[in-house]
Amino acid sequence: MDSIYWPSFFFWLFSGVACTFALGVLLSKNIVRMAFYLVISLASTSGLFFLAGADFVGAMQLMIYVGGTLVLLIFGVMLTSQDRFVEMRTSSGEWVIAFFIGLMLFFTLGRAAFGVAAWKGLDRETAEAVEVERTVTPLAMGLLGARVDQLDEPDAAKREGMSGYLFHFEIVSVHLLVVLIGAAYLARAKRKTGSVAANA
Amino acid sequence: MAAFLSEYTWTWLAYIIAAMIHVGLIINLVAVAALVFIWLERKISGRIQDRLGPTRVGGKFGWLQTLADGLKLITKEDLCPDGADRFLFKIAPYVSFCAAIGAFIAIPFAGGAYPWIAQHLNTGVFFVLAVLGLEVFGVILAGYSSASKWSLFGAMREAAQVVSYEVPLGMCVVVPVMIAGSLDMVVIGDQQAGWFTNWLVFHDPFTFITAFVYFTCAMASVNRAPFDLAEAESELVAGFHTEYSGLRWSFFFMAEYGSMFSVSILASVLFFGGWNGPVPITDLLGLSGAEVGTLSWAVAQALGLANVLLKGLLGVCLMIWVRWTLPRLRIDQVMTTCLKYCTPIAAAMFLGATLWQYNFPGRAFFNLIPMSDAVLEVSEGWEVESNDPDEEEEQIARGPEETGGLL
Repeated sequence: MDSIYWPSFFFWLFSGVACTFALGVLLSKNIVRMAFYLVISLASTSGLFFLAGADFVGAMQLMIYVGGTLVLLIFGVMLTSQDRFVEMRTSSGEWVIAFFIGLMLFFTLGRAAFGVAAWKGLDRETAEAVEVERTVTPLAMGLLGARVDQLDEPDAAKREGMSGYLFHFEIVSVHLLVVLIGAAYLARAKRKTGSVAANA
Repeated sequence: MAAFLSEYTWTWLAYIIAAMIHVGLIINLVAVAALVFIWLERKISGRIQDRLGPTRVGGKFGWLQTLADGLKLITKEDLCPDGADRFLFKIAPYVSFCAAIGAFIAIPFAGGAYPWIAQHLNTGVFFVLAVLGLEVFGVILAGYSSASKWSLFGAMREAAQVVSYEVPLGMCVVVPVMIAGSLDMVVIGDQQAGWFTNWLVFHDPFTFITAFVYFTCAMASVNRAPFDLAEAESELVAGFHTEYSGLRWSFFFMAEYGSMFSVSILASVLFFGGWNGPVPITDLLGLSGAEVGTLSWAVAQALGLANVLLKGLLGVCLMIWVRWTLPRLRIDQVMTTCLKYCTPIAAAMFLGATLWQYNFPGRAFFNLIPMSDAVLEVSEGWEVESNDPDEEEEQIARGPEETGGLL
C-alpha cells in the first residue's frame, strides 16, 4: 500500500466530489437542493486549494463562494416560496443549447490544460521532493505592489515589469464599488416627487 | 507527526494514525466540552434565578446530568415531519456539527516552535472565521426542510443575523492581525508572551474596546442570547429546531456549544494572550527557551494548553452569564446593534489601532512600557524602527524570508 500517493488520492477524492455535486446542481429540480449541492461542490474545490498548499485561496473560496451561496440560498427560499417556482424545469431546447456551449467550453479548457507545457503533471519523485511553500505572504506582497517571489530574476528590465497586482486590485475594487452603487440605485424605492417633498 | 510515526510503521499507516489522533482529540474535546458546558449552563442559570439547578444525578452537584440528558435523547424517536424534504432534514444537523468541529482544525492549543495544533495553517484566523460562517447553513437547511413556518422564520432570522454580524466580526479580527502582522494564530499568540501587559487587549485603548466589540459580535454570530432570535421560544416555539427530536436535535446543541467554545478560544488567542498566562510561569521556572529538554517543553506546552482551555471556559461562562442576565433583543434592535453600533465602532477602532501602531511601535500596555527584547525576538516581523524609508526598501529587497510577514 506504500504505492498510494496520498496527494493524488485526495485530489481524486475532492475533484470527484466536486464534479458529482456539480452534476447534482445541474440535474436537481429543487432550488434549495441545488444550492446545497453547489455548497458541497464549492467546498470540495476549496479542499483542492488546501491540497495545493494555497491556504489563503482555499479559505477565500470557503468565505466568498461558499458563504456567498448562503445568500443565494436565502433568496432561493424567499423568492420561490410559491409552489410553481419550487420545482424548476428546463426545456429541451435549453438543454441542447447548454450542451453545445458546455461542450465547446470543455474542449477549450481541456486544450489549454493539456497544451501548456508548464502545467504537465510531475512524476512522483519530483513531486515528493517539492516543498510546499506558504503562500500568503508573497500573495499579500504582490497585492501591495511587490513581487517578492520574483526578486531573484537576474534581468533588471524584467524585474521592472513585475510590479505586482496593485493596479488590478484597485481596478477590481473600483468595479465592485460601481456595482454596489448600481445595486443600491436599482434597489432604491422609487418615490413620486410629491411624496419626496412631503417626506422632506 | 506523520513523519515521526513513519519511522516506526509504514508510511500510509502513519498518515492514517496521525489523522485519527488529531480528529479523535478534537471530536472528544468538543463533545466533552459540550457535556461540561450544558451542566454549567444549568447550574449557573439555576443560581442566577435563585434556585439550585440539578442536584441529584451522579451524587453531588448533579454532575452527571448531561449524561442522563444524552441517554434520554438517544432513546427518543427520530421524527421526520410528513411534508419535510427528508434528505435535507436529515443532513442539516450534521452540516452544523461538522462546521463547528472543522473550526478546531486550525485552532492552536499551545504555541512555540512546535505548536500543538492539528493543522498549522498560514492563514489560521481566516480559515476559522470562514468555517464558523458555514454553521448557519445547517440552520437554514433545517428551517427550510422542516416544512414548518416557525422553523422557516427562525432560519431566516438566523441568516439575516449571521450575514450582518460577519462584517463587524471580521473587522474586529483584523485589528490584532494587523498589529501582529500575521494571519497565523501561532504567531499572533507567541507575540503576547511574557506578562499580561503584552496581551493585545492591553496594547492600546483601541484594541481594548475592540476586544469587547469582538465578544459581542461573536455572541451574536454563534446565536447566543440575547441574540438567539432564531430559537426565540416566546415567539417561534423553538425556531429552526422546532421539528427536531432526539439525537439530531442534540447535534445542533453540540454545534452551538462547540462554536461558543471556538469563538472564546479565538478571543483568547487574538486578545487575551492565548497560551501565555498572565504571569510568565514557564519563563520564571526556566521551562521555556531553546535549550530546555523535551520534558520541560512538554510541561510548558501543557501549561499553555491549560491556559487556552481555561480562557475558553471563562469566555463560555461569560456567555452563559450574559444569557441569563439580559433579555432577548427584538430583530430590529439586533440589526441596529450590528449596523449602527458594532460596525462603525469596529471601523473606528481599526483606524485608531493602525495610527497607534504606526506612531508608537514596540511599546505595550497602553504605551506605558517598552516591549522586552525577548518578545521582540519572538515576534517575527515586528519592525520597531519602521519609520525609516531606506530601511524598508532594503527589507523589500531582502525578501520575505528574512523580514517575516509584515513590512
